[in-house]
Amino acid sequence: GPGGGAPLENANPLIYRRSGERPVTAREEDDELPDSIDDREIFDILPGGEGRAGPRADGRAGAAAQGWAVELRSAFLNPAHLIRSINDPEHPLTLEELNVVEQVRVKVNDAESTVAVEFTPTIPHCSMATLIGLSIKVKLIRSLPERFKLDVHITPGTHASEHAVNKQLADKERVAAALENSHLLEVVNQCLSARS
Amino acid sequence: GLGRGLGRGRGLSPRVGTILLSPGPGWSCRAVLDEGHQRTVRRVAWSPCGSYLASASFDATTCIWKKQEDGFECVTTLEGHENEVKSVAWAPSGTLLATCSRDKSVWVWEVDEEEEYECVSVLNSHTQDVKHVVWHPNQELLASASYDDTVKLYHEEEDDWVCCATLEGHESTVWSVAFDRSGERLASCSDDKTVRIWRQYKPGNDEGVVCSGTDPTWKCICNLSGYHTRTIYDVAWCHLTGALATACGDDAIRVFEESASSDPQQPTFSLAAHNSPDWAVTLHCSASVLRTSVEAEPSRKKRPRVSFSRHMSLMARAVFPVSFLE
Repeated sequence: GPGGGAPLENANPLIYRRSGERPVTAREEDDELPDSIDDREIFDILPGGEGRAGPRADGRAGAAAQGWAVELRSAFLNPAHLIRSINDPEHPLTLEELNVVEQVRVKVNDAESTVAVEFTPTIPHCSMATLIGLSIKVKLIRSLPERFKLDVHITPGTHASEHAVNKQLADKERVAAALENSHLLEVVNQCLSARS
Repeated sequence: GLGRGLGRGRGLSPRVGTILLSPGPGWSCRAVLDEGHQRTVRRVAWSPCGSYLASASFDATTCIWKKQEDGFECVTTLEGHENEVKSVAWAPSGTLLATCSRDKSVWVWEVDEEEEYECVSVLNSHTQDVKHVVWHPNQELLASASYDDTVKLYHEEEDDWVCCATLEGHESTVWSVAFDRSGERLASCSDDKTVRIWRQYKPGNDEGVVCSGTDPTWKCICNLSGYHTRTIYDVAWCHLTGALATACGDDAIRVFEESASSDPQQPTFSLAAHNSPDWAVTLHCSASVLRTSVEAEPSRKKRPRVSFSRHMSLMARAVFPVSFLE
């Protein structure tokens, strides 16, 4: 983590069990039927992409025909799945294992194009809360179609400075400016990189 | 003109700090100013005389560009802010300039006939990031909007610039402010999803509003809430028709008109009538990230939706300046 030799704030975090992969349903395997994006729905977005290639069931041209370059790589990643494997900045564990993110605290409304994520820092004075929130936001920005409006905030009552942290995360100008800082961007990218 | 800056998007070449002068179809690009800034250009402003362009950047500087025969030349770079400059505005007189920054300060600059710029005041009244500055239409009065949820006003008192009023009421970041044509009223828009209208009451006013000393008091006389579903980033007040326009994070532009029977002390605004054939104001909106331009026509829909070009940076979703074509 970024702290180097500094003592960890929360040296003995509770570790939660990882949820397994979601079983694929018959509807999802049918290429002719569109997949909506719900809070457990699965998609994997590459640069400039959205949704599934191919015609929608209602005959209208899908996202692909509207000019969005679409590639669907693998099956089924939903916003909860996208963020669960984000690494904690301090521990060799994922946010899911630390229960910082939970599927039940991810709310997706595909029709309204909104995604709301509540995350729970492991301790109320966690100084990494902003960084964790930023990592979640960046992961979603990079993965989801542009039409989605994102709300990332701290689970109410779980952090001493939740208002201040939430306000920073909600300010898109502050987020954009912060990510122009190469050092901070590097730390975020480390949180988002897959660990072997 | 537009400001353009690109953050670190995937697969994008890092052409940061570029200014393009070309708002869209039917216009041709006259100049590309890519030598002035090293980071996102947040705002650009033409001087009242039209010969100069000021650009405010996240690189903590403000460049002043002068129009030449064959393009634009950077005649000076204003330095001093500690971090991202968020806004720049010229006073109507053309001799004063204001800038504001995430460093919480507002700077007032004076320019003389020799094009020499001098900082005449550093105002540290806000307690957080300052998002926007705007000048009064006919007085040397400056307004600023901040992450600290307030609007502040400044003027010169005995050769010193001071904060003469603080407008409190918004429950979150104030992103922008706009004066009406007379300058008697100010509109502010916020992350709290409301637009508030404030009115100036001078000492000895007929309405009996208490003022302390010789400074006018500003009171909130109208609160437009329930219309916007996300942060309101910009507000513009048409000096021709009195209409208000807002740019909102829910992808909609809204136009409000003041009711004919509106009481000046308690005005009422409503969303513009969409089926009115006389409503001929065309809004030109330009995104600050890429050269996206939209024309919004009055719509029959309750919540008119304007879709913007999809060529927007993934990292920095556009903050939309909105202004009326006069």
